[in-house]
Amino acid sequence: MELTSRPGRPPGYSAFSLVKHGLLRQGWTPAWRRHELRGSYDVVIIGGGVHGLAAAYYLAVRHGISNVAVLDKGYIGSGGSGRNTAILRSNYLTPEGVRFYERSMELYRGLAADLNFNVMFARRGHLTLAHNDGSLRTMRWRAEVNKLQGVDSDVIGPAEIKRLVPYLDISPRARYPVLGALYHPPGGIIRHDAVVWGYARGADAHGVHIHQDIEVTGIDVANGKVRGVQTSRGPIASPVVLNCTAGWSTLICDMAGVRVPVQTFPLQAAVTEPVRPFLDAVVVSGSLHVYVSQTDRGELVFGASVDEYPSYSMRGSLDFIEGLAGHVLELMPSLARVRLLRQWAGLCDMTPDFSPIMGLTPVEGFLVDIGWGTYGFKAGPVSGEAMAECIASGKPPPIIAGFDLARFAEGRQLGEKGAASVGH
Amino acid sequence: MMLLPCPWCGPRNVSEFRYVSELVPRPDPAAASPGEWRDYLYLRGNQRGWVTERWYHRAGCGQYFLVDRETATDQTRPRQDAR
Repeated sequence: MELTSRPGRPPGYSAFSLVKHGLLRQGWTPAWRRHELRGSYDVVIIGGGVHGLAAAYYLAVRHGISNVAVLDKGYIGSGGSGRNTAILRSNYLTPEGVRFYERSMELYRGLAADLNFNVMFARRGHLTLAHNDGSLRTMRWRAEVNKLQGVDSDVIGPAEIKRLVPYLDISPRARYPVLGALYHPPGGIIRHDAVVWGYARGADAHGVHIHQDIEVTGIDVANGKVRGVQTSRGPIASPVVLNCTAGWSTLICDMAGVRVPVQTFPLQAAVTEPVRPFLDAVVVSGSLHVYVSQTDRGELVFGASVDEYPSYSMRGSLDFIEGLAGHVLELMPSLARVRLLRQWAGLCDMTPDFSPIMGLTPVEGFLVDIGWGTYGFKAGPVSGEAMAECIASGKPPPIIAGFDLARFAEGRQLGEKGAASVGH
Repeated sequence: MMLLPCPWCGPRNVSEFRYVSELVPRPDPAAASPGEWRDYLYLRGNQRGWVTERWYHRAGCGQYFLVDRETATDQTRPRQDAR
């Protein structure tokens, strides 16, 4: 592995090293190091989630730009990267969206080998249920768009659904009868923390500084150009600042004087006690606003759509959990005795067209990778790759050209609501 | 559970209401430039802290009203000009 061959850097993992260190119970080194904060960097990335760390990793590995700082006001992966429901898929509605997310899936498929870190990607298959003619029609549309882009995706009937998910109630007596589903075999789940840690370890090994527990309090702009950032640990000079935050993206953009059409909504999720493996596929119901998957440990993870009003509150609510439980039981009545372990909320930055905002802004050197709504985690690798290229070359690569901030002023919105609003 | 002070019905459960929007001043449609109009359509303050919002009491009196809300804690307080 490339990581192993670099002197002075943490050794790569191998089956031999895992057995040796496991038996000796020593020799484990931290996966990334602590560094003194420098007074200046070539690139400052705000937000130590999968997007920020992936951008730093690809900047260092692909473009040789390693004098990079990743700043997080908490610990890395403490925001959306550690709060999502870890579902990966690429069966979107617009050709731009499908191409983009498919590239992300491609990177995810090779990520464990690329990072020398087990990210536990399991291709379980992904089912989006249709409970009415309208959603069935949208799924046929999505399936055809997907196929044109070379993505494995098709509409299947109730009998096939029952074969894939035996515990699903597909009887016509159900309150929301299952008419069909969009089946996306390459979709699946991954360990989201491992993705964050793997990128952090890879970026660190290539010279990137990861600084945790440091809050950005201001962005210095002079003559329309970024000069650096003010932080809780003092100023940092930098000609390039990338905003990779979720939840706080408008507040960070405000510091640079850039206004973005984003509103922050909480999205709630919950997890049950572990049970024996019985659910292979990821099951999503747009009409019931719920998605269900079973982790490798056996817990059932439930997620929902965003709350009905914007908020920065990350507290779960009782009415949410009541509604969620009811909807899950409509899909799988046999879960009635399973107990919930915990619930939480993450912050989702919603844009008017349910597509992200990526690339340059009117302030030179201030870039954004924001507005990730409910679909940011699955786009982490491709976003990092594209933003790294954008920083290195000074212009957005074609794969994200359609996601620019100017599209709202120029009427070029990319409507993804049909595939993204609850579509996990 | 968040309680919203409806100026007609008193404090009620948030599930009775529909969120409408942050209070954004509406430019004069005849005089506004396309840019100003798009800003009005798309841009919101999205502040963390106290904001003034319009809500609709869909499962109650069916009226629109203004209320102040703290967006980090979801505390609310009534406004004098709520109606």
